[in-house]
Amino acid sequence: MKEILEILENDARTTPEEIAKMLKKSVGAVRSAIKKYEKQGVIVKYKTVLNTDILKDDAQKVRALIEVRVAPQRGKGFDHIAERIYRFPEVKSCFLLSGSYDLLLVVEGRDIQDVSSFVSERLATIDNVNSTVTHFILKRYKADGDILKRIERSHRMAISF
Amino acid sequence: MKISKVVEKMKPSGIREFFDLVIGMKDVISLGVGEPDFVTPWNICESAIFSLEKGYTSYTSNKGLYELRLGISRYLKNKFSLSYSPDRDILVTTGVSEAVDLALRAILNRGDKILVPDPSYVSYDPVSELAGGRVVLMKTPGEDDFKLTPALVKKHISKGVKAIVLNYPANPTGVSYTKKELLALSKVFINNDLIVISDEIYDELTYDFPHTPLATLPGMKQRTIYLNGFSKAFAMTGWRIGYACGPEKIISAMTKIHQYTMLCAPIMGQLAGIEALRGSSGSVLEMKREYKRRREFIVSRLNEIGLDCRMPEGTFYVFPSIKSTGMDSQDFAKKLLYKEKVAVVPGTAFGSQGEGYVRIAYASSMDDLKEACRRIEHFLKSGKNGK
Repeated sequence: MKEILEILENDARTTPEEIAKMLKKSVGAVRSAIKKYEKQGVIVKYKTVLNTDILKDDAQKVRALIEVRVAPQRGKGFDHIAERIYRFPEVKSCFLLSGSYDLLLVVEGRDIQDVSSFVSERLATIDNVNSTVTHFILKRYKADGDILKRIERSHRMAISF
Repeated sequence: MKISKVVEKMKPSGIREFFDLVIGMKDVISLGVGEPDFVTPWNICESAIFSLEKGYTSYTSNKGLYELRLGISRYLKNKFSLSYSPDRDILVTTGVSEAVDLALRAILNRGDKILVPDPSYVSYDPVSELAGGRVVLMKTPGEDDFKLTPALVKKHISKGVKAIVLNYPANPTGVSYTKKELLALSKVFINNDLIVISDEIYDELTYDFPHTPLATLPGMKQRTIYLNGFSKAFAMTGWRIGYACGPEKIISAMTKIHQYTMLCAPIMGQLAGIEALRGSSGSVLEMKREYKRRREFIVSRLNEIGLDCRMPEGTFYVFPSIKSTGMDSQDFAKKLLYKEKVAVVPGTAFGSQGEGYVRIAYASSMDDLKEACRRIEHFLKSGKNGK
């Protein structure tokens, strides 16, 4: 039933009826498998992939990758400080990394000032945050496996043997 | 100016008119395309671009780049324990289409008979005629699942039958054969001393059991011309690279014709082929999984909406019956195109036994397949109400 996840990850609109046909399973079995995955938290939520860069208006966003060095806390490791940080809605992604810094964030804001003030006023002032390095994202080409440019329709001939 | 009698006699493709109609129409969902909807995996394209930049734009040896022949040899050895020498037994061709032509011309004398299934891929019949052969059609009706059986083949054996064309998984029916079925067929081939042109271009797209190359069966390697290529498994149709493997004598004969007519397959495609064999098994499996899901979906949907459709063992085609509509294949395809803007290929394009059937290619996005099925359902319902 893991193939259900592959199908939904690719297109969350696929209905249980359609999945049942694709996998030769009963609709009931597919529905209950989906329910189970939702309950377990394997399926976190269903959402839409956007490329707002195309909108030439206020909906445009500025994004930055931020390297954060923190001091882990006794008994809590990195999880506690990470949560302090990722709870901010401005933080769109948060990863703990190996290597020369600890957390990598993707932060989103209306403009450069917005992101800058988040970093200087909120992030850098948290106890145990030792330093930050901010890289503004100039252009997103591909995100989470999706190429953001509109892919041209197939060039195939309409009919062939 | 008079053209050759053989060519004049060749049937013009009866559905050319229908094809022109499809090509001239806008917003059509075409399920009539005989090629993958995936583009060639990027590692293959990227490698070809690099070779172009390095200036690989020349002829190659007639038989094809040695590295590619070596790659093919190793691939067949690893996958099927099938041994062909890259020096003597392999010829790289401009798609399997060329290989079919070369094979037929290399073996047929004027008047030799050759067995061809009906329905089957469009080129076997006319190209056999061009090569001077006399085609004996073996009717494989839908009632018998479009399958060749030892009895059916035997029935068509007569004096002067020299060869048989086999294609599995088959375009347009999707039919393939298990090892057991092939073993039974191979006995007839051996007993009647037939050369078999075995077109196995869809081999990677076999879903329910492992594909068995005919040449791996006892006594078959010395009488089989094994044809395969990169088009379907690696989504490389436009690169035009296929290959033929067989006994040295036959491959040399085919190479003779190839060197005067084609010289060599295009080098860009050959280099892409080397990369395809080197590092694309992941992409091939991914595509296959996706095709399999689409197969289950479309067979289930077509049966649900009232078109009787058998589950094909391979390819990316289904070949449902449209007999319940009372229309013939061409009529059905034309009306479906006009009324619902869905293109399918009338079964008659593939032979008389295709009457009452249409070929639907599921090498299209899931979204298109869903929408096309919805439209076909609407078409069938509105037809019943006489609208």
